[in-house]
Amino acid sequence: MTFTPHTDSEVEEMLKAIDVKRIEDLFQEIPESFRFPDLAIPSKLTEIEILSELQEIASANATTGDMPCFLGAGAYDHYIPAVVDMLLRRSEFYTAYTPYQPEISQGTLQAVFEYQSLICSLTGMDVSNASHYDGATAAAEAVILAYHFFRGKRKKVLLSRAVNPQYRQVIRTYMHGYEDLQITGDNQATSLESDLETIKRQIDPDTALVLLQYPDFFGRIYDYASLIDAAHKVGALVAVAINPTALGMLTPPGEFGADIVVGEGQPLGLPLSYGGPYLGLFATKSRLVRKIAGRLVGKTRDIDEQPAYVLTLTAREQHIRRDKSTSNICTNQGLMALASTIYMSLLGKQGFKHLANLCYQKAHYAAQQIDKLDGFEVVYKNTPFFHEFLVRCPKPVSMINLALQDYMILGGFDVFEDYPELENHMLIAVTEKITKNEIDAFCETLEKVTHD
Amino acid sequence: MRFPKELKFEKSDEWVKLDGELATLGISDFAQNQLSDVVYMEITAESGDTVSKGDTLGTVESVKSAAEVVFPLSGEVVEVNEALADQPEILNSDPYGEGWMIKIKPSDPSELEALMDSNAYEKYCQER
Amino acid sequence: MTEPTVYELSSSGRKGFQFPEIDVPLSPLPDKFIRKDLLFPELSEQDVVRHFTHLSQMNYGIDTGLYPLGSCTMKYNPKINEKAVRLQGFALTHPLQPLISTQGNLYLMYTLQEWLKEIGGFAAVTLQPAAGAQGELVGGLIIHKYHKYRRDFKRTKILIPDSAHGTNPATSSMSGFDVISLPSDERGNVDLNSLKVFCNDELAGLMLTNPNTLGLFDENVLQVIQMVHKAGGLVYGDGANLNALLGIMRPGELGFDIMHFNLHKTFATPHGGGGPGSGPVGVCDKLIDFLPDPLITIVEESDDENPPLFGFYHPKKSIGRIKSFYGHFGVLVRAFTYISMLGAEGLHHVAEMAVLNANYLLTKLKNTYTLPYDRKCMHEFVLEGIWKDVPDVHALDIAKRLMDYGFHPPTNYFPLIVHEALKIEPTETESIQTLDAFAAALIKIAEEARKDPQILHTAPHHTPVRRCDEIKAARDLVLRCQVHNEKIPGSQR
Repeated sequence: MTFTPHTDSEVEEMLKAIDVKRIEDLFQEIPESFRFPDLAIPSKLTEIEILSELQEIASANATTGDMPCFLGAGAYDHYIPAVVDMLLRRSEFYTAYTPYQPEISQGTLQAVFEYQSLICSLTGMDVSNASHYDGATAAAEAVILAYHFFRGKRKKVLLSRAVNPQYRQVIRTYMHGYEDLQITGDNQATSLESDLETIKRQIDPDTALVLLQYPDFFGRIYDYASLIDAAHKVGALVAVAINPTALGMLTPPGEFGADIVVGEGQPLGLPLSYGGPYLGLFATKSRLVRKIAGRLVGKTRDIDEQPAYVLTLTAREQHIRRDKSTSNICTNQGLMALASTIYMSLLGKQGFKHLANLCYQKAHYAAQQIDKLDGFEVVYKNTPFFHEFLVRCPKPVSMINLALQDYMILGGFDVFEDYPELENHMLIAVTEKITKNEIDAFCETLEKVTHD
Repeated sequence: MRFPKELKFEKSDEWVKLDGELATLGISDFAQNQLSDVVYMEITAESGDTVSKGDTLGTVESVKSAAEVVFPLSGEVVEVNEALADQPEILNSDPYGEGWMIKIKPSDPSELEALMDSNAYEKYCQER
Repeated sequence: MTEPTVYELSSSGRKGFQFPEIDVPLSPLPDKFIRKDLLFPELSEQDVVRHFTHLSQMNYGIDTGLYPLGSCTMKYNPKINEKAVRLQGFALTHPLQPLISTQGNLYLMYTLQEWLKEIGGFAAVTLQPAAGAQGELVGGLIIHKYHKYRRDFKRTKILIPDSAHGTNPATSSMSGFDVISLPSDERGNVDLNSLKVFCNDELAGLMLTNPNTLGLFDENVLQVIQMVHKAGGLVYGDGANLNALLGIMRPGELGFDIMHFNLHKTFATPHGGGGPGSGPVGVCDKLIDFLPDPLITIVEESDDENPPLFGFYHPKKSIGRIKSFYGHFGVLVRAFTYISMLGAEGLHHVAEMAVLNANYLLTKLKNTYTLPYDRKCMHEFVLEGIWKDVPDVHALDIAKRLMDYGFHPPTNYFPLIVHEALKIEPTETESIQTLDAFAAALIKIAEEARKDPQILHTAPHHTPVRRCDEIKAARDLVLRCQVHNEKIPGSQR
């Protein structure tokens, strides 16, 4: 099935119209020895056949639809209301292109404008762009922004070790071409009990950006005010990576001095989908608006004086500035931003606050119960946390997780590979989807699989 | 299109007006016409900066394009036109008057000699 | 046609979604961290549904009509792909689950890697890049690291044809290179004499789109690649125009060292109003170990009783991770489904019909519009949207008037080397009837340009909004809704 409508007689008619004898003649410019290779790709399938094959492939996976998920570490299993997917399936939204012709793209443009507004409300910032690919690349774009803000004169970027390891890896990949830049602050010797003090000590007038996470990778909540103050005293910028669900409850970074907020928007109505497509949140204070990479939707009027939305400040972007643009980004995560806009609008003020509280309460109950288990200890139990917490286990995490699979439970994240001093430590997340019974069963099973 | 006689011009469309020890700089009528409606002017140089000929003075943005403005002379920056940040459209309406960008104290008189006079610049623009 | 914003529709106290009550004993909240207020709107479920339904009705998509955007390949998005991606087994898998529990996903990604290798003629493929531009960045970083690894530090220049997409030079700058623009000759090919000048020991590589953004296949492509290789540089292929080459030619075989694919173009995954895309990258043998980390591989071969076991391979000189997790899995599922349905013969047929459609349309229009390069095109072509006898009518006016005829305009003002460019790519999923109607509309507009140019200058007339004041949008920045009559920071007035 190729989805092409041409009948044989239509093809003949068209060839005649363009004065070409055979279709092959259209490809004469291709060097002959390379023309028309045989592709070792299986033969075509009908819709019925492919669906059957896909169902077989999909059934080889265990899913969070089959079992409670205590796994977080950057992607979270939240409930997605039926409304979200129903609206997303409207093909005027998903088969549309980037809204370069505003007259026939007001749906996309207004939805993005509303997205920008909601993200500003959520984060306490002044301006949001139309999104980046994911939280990690949004963090990288924050580093790039800081670099260009100081015109390359400040050469140091400080990353907290409690920032998601994947974010820090992506930042280093992105900044590979900026050879004079020093990315530091998160080396392995830095203890996780005092990484913030370590960062503070390293702030100096050569610092372009400090990147923190809130709640941090281990779920901990800290007061960053004095650290941000120290950074601002030397004129450095501060970026805070957030979890959007947590901001339903916690003071947003815009209210405690952040210059840039980045984050992973997947929890806002996007399925886990094995890691993507996700949603990179990016918002700043107003003084940085002209330095923001990515698309921006602005409000204006048309020639009939009607309100209208358009892509604006496009002179920053790659298609105009070309090699002088600060970023090469072309796409935003259009459909994912739309999904999150629908989700945030549907939940609204009360729903979003209640959701945050549900996650908070269930996670704290789980932490208390797990801490009581023989051989288990919640590591940072005296530090406030949101919906994720670190647990020291009596056995290797990989072993425990494999055993949990037999009981249809998805265990937490093994932090050992990213934090070598944390062997046998599991990062556990709890969302509103988990019931009290499931938490109790999880505790019983943890006990069982570690004491046989 | 205006090419005031008392001004000197650079190939990259900046103009210079010498007034005793100070030189005032901006972009020409030809340049603002090419850009069309200016939406933003960012002057990156600051008062007190020592600059060389060719250094970046700032960026002018219109809806469809962005252009770099460079220093046609070396010297010390004395004053920056703050009004342009809030009212960039002055560059379109009055590029030689209210649309001035920077005042500097030139450090090398020979650079002034190297610039084009009004007639030469007008001719140069006609050929483009 | 004005639709209020979600904030304007808000009514205090309204609820749109109900969660269950808290079923665990309560823990106290940390007072000092609790936010004072959350300024989100309050809407009912019906409010939300009506609002976004109204918004969708103001949008034009491929499902509405022809979308002839050059180099975007706006082909029909098969609906079975939407069903595929929503299968619970795909949608509800967490990327950090134990590998033994996601063998289905790993099989799908591995197979897609293999198919893209085969289609492009490459030795290995990464599925991690989130979009074409990110794929380009991977390419730029690989070129950078490749030369650095050989301790060849003189190679600082990347050559890019003047017809290239803006992401090419932007990416090269981001990768740490200086960009040199190469002119095109009068047939639209890369100018060989200009290329020769830069084929020296400072050459890191060449970024080439082929067919190029004029829709033309470079007649000297083998020579171009040879010249760059001889000088010690690498050749990067921008695969945006791959739709013309499926089953027709394999860029890797021609000598391209690296190439990115655009799944949201060539492989029919939806554009989503601006994303998500997916930009897998294929490389030749000597560059495999520079690819982003991780790649999907077979860690244990199959035997009589068991299927192969899939896992990750960590390339030894990897440029590192380019985004979180493994790539846009949801988009990969759609591409996998599409390629499965097409099969080898279908891929070939797609390219044939894409090139046939473009040439058919070109033939119908070339007597009414100026064709700057008189050659057979591939899957797209560029016309000039201006006439000597009515110089006040521009490509912009033609584009805006097309909307009144029910069509999305083609790309305008790109590539930069054609004056008042109109770049047209019909794709293979359009019928001869649609092509005829589109050509008829463009010919009618050419007549209107002479008889009634005002109607073009003030077009469109029949769309949800009319021509927008983009200058005002950039000068009086309003980038979010006003909430509670606050002054919007960032606006200049």
